[in-house]
Amino acid sequence: MLKMTHLSKVYRTEVVETYALRDFSIHVRAAEFVAVTGPSGSGKTTFLTIAGLLEEFSGGAFELDGVDVHGMNDNARSRLRNEKIGFIFQAFNLIPDLNVADNVEVPLRYRGFGAAERRRRITQSLERVGLAARAKHYPAELSGGQQQRVAIARALAGSPRLLLADEPTGNLDTQMARGVMELLEELHRDGATIVMVTHDPELAVRAQREVHIVDGQVVDLAIQPRLVGGQRAQL
Amino acid sequence: MSGYYLALALRSLKRNVVLTTLMIAAIGVGIGASMTTLTVFRAMSADPIPQKSSQLFVPQIDNWGPIDHLGQSDDKLEDQIDYIDAMAFMNAHAAPHQAASYAVTFALTPADTQLKPFKAEGRATYTDFFSMFDVPFQYGGPWSAADDQGRVPVVVISHELNEKLFAGANSVGRTINLDNEDYRVIGVMRHWEPMPRFYDLTNDPFSKSAQVFLPFTRAIDRQMASWGNTNCSKRADSGWDGLLRSNCIWIQYWVELPDAAAADGYRRWLNNYALEQTRSGRFQWPAYTKLRDVRAWLRYQHVVSNEASILVLVSFSFLFVCLLNAMGLMLAKFMGRAADIGVRRALGANRREILMQCLIEAGVVGLAGGLLGLALTGLGLLGLRSLLSKEALELTHLDLPGVGIALVLAVSAAVIAGLYPTWRAAQVQPAWQLKAQ
Repeated sequence: MLKMTHLSKVYRTEVVETYALRDFSIHVRAAEFVAVTGPSGSGKTTFLTIAGLLEEFSGGAFELDGVDVHGMNDNARSRLRNEKIGFIFQAFNLIPDLNVADNVEVPLRYRGFGAAERRRRITQSLERVGLAARAKHYPAELSGGQQQRVAIARALAGSPRLLLADEPTGNLDTQMARGVMELLEELHRDGATIVMVTHDPELAVRAQREVHIVDGQVVDLAIQPRLVGGQRAQL
Repeated sequence: MSGYYLALALRSLKRNVVLTTLMIAAIGVGIGASMTTLTVFRAMSADPIPQKSSQLFVPQIDNWGPIDHLGQSDDKLEDQIDYIDAMAFMNAHAAPHQAASYAVTFALTPADTQLKPFKAEGRATYTDFFSMFDVPFQYGGPWSAADDQGRVPVVVISHELNEKLFAGANSVGRTINLDNEDYRVIGVMRHWEPMPRFYDLTNDPFSKSAQVFLPFTRAIDRQMASWGNTNCSKRADSGWDGLLRSNCIWIQYWVELPDAAAADGYRRWLNNYALEQTRSGRFQWPAYTKLRDVRAWLRYQHVVSNEASILVLVSFSFLFVCLLNAMGLMLAKFMGRAADIGVRRALGANRREILMQCLIEAGVVGLAGGLLGLALTGLGLLGLRSLLSKEALELTHLDLPGVGIALVLAVSAAVIAGLYPTWRAAQVQPAWQLKAQ
């Protein structure tokens, strides 16, 4: 599903080169739930933005669902991002002047779906996260946990092949965080491929495996089978 | 997607009311100022007879010599001609159609005794005047060339005068009394008010057309003095005949020439005529003539003053300054939404879609600014009432094309002003925005 091989990302100024990722390799298979951990500044978010086609990489190879993304122009990257990836952000990133349904609709608009199809998907996604009754509410009228559920519904609406979650519970209290994690686990049980960046070891252990990044490199890629939904994952 | 972007633009306008108001005000004030001056300018510079303006010409001849000159024009030619030249031009029939004319005035005594006598403005001219200037008729028609030669007491009256004297009925065959002489009505015009009144610019070019038209020959016979300007470089002999023999200029003269070849031919004839005057000793200076069509004539006569043109330039410069302000405000607005733009990019919007969204928003701001600008233009034109004559003011209303120009100008200007902010918005790097959070 997601395969990075010897990938590097360099930020250059006139006087210095900084490697955010160096000789970075990872392979996430379909229907896997992978936690990416590491200290602050280790390159977790850079990995996520490259994985989400929001940023270009400097070297190496990257295939997303079998498509080599190297050298793609902005249009092609945007289309691929829209069709294959769903984002869940730490700060939810809902658009404040759109109501819940309109927020969920955003990626569907860019996909070019007709009105009926958009309505069907919005309803389905909101029902999935338990917020169908809040479709006309605005983000400011929702709790943090509810906002993150809306963000998840938005990520799910386009039926993406890959969910990228960046500290999805980072802005939530423990009660709400538990609910969001349970939702992610439920999605995974239903077959979603999830890559979750987190610095929280307690969340990381709930994934099937953990990839640890330090100084832009994967330092521990050992497969660590985890208990998922009460059953040991078969990898 | 355009409908979606339009809906987003309307939401965005409501999101930050202060910024939105400032942007709309900046564009509205600029459009109001520029459209006010442009409306006046358009009215003053409009072609009063567009279908024939390139076929109607004023011949000018230097009958005063290079020393004497009224000083109103740069080329030392006068804008009227004397009776001697007018008659020579008419008798030569060098153009397919030609008409000398001059303004007259008389005491008009209505047949209806309920109406009091009043002063009526008229024009003495030839029959070709009506066909040359496409004068529309409601009843009857112009008098004939034979009537010109026969100095027949007939008149063509204006629609307005017919309303006043005959309650709008067909008055052909009725008589009106001008300076104690009866004239038979031979034609009633429809409303005809070319603005500017190009055929006689010697007085106010934005004043009304005459109410009564009568044969030039009849007016000369009746010794009707000119109601316009009469200027002489030498003292004329006394009396009516003295005026007719003098070099005093008081007659407007127009010819209709259907094409460039005819215009060249007439130009040659006019110059030969002037040469003949020099050879005969009437002129003691080289032949000097000009032939100008309607638009050239209006420019030559400075119907649109330089001040009006400068005012338009100044007001459009002001619009430019307003747009710079609007651009700064739009930049602030769009960059303030960088996080939203980053999210949209992350959710699949490409740069072109962000460009379209922002440009449509700029267009909506422009449209709102244009509507405000129209209201301000209305106020501006009201404010000009004290500066313009009543007739000119009638012209300076905001017509449908004017409204269209204002709205197109506002939307275009706002979109142009929004190009840079939009481009900046489209360059938002979603990764940076999302990392920053």
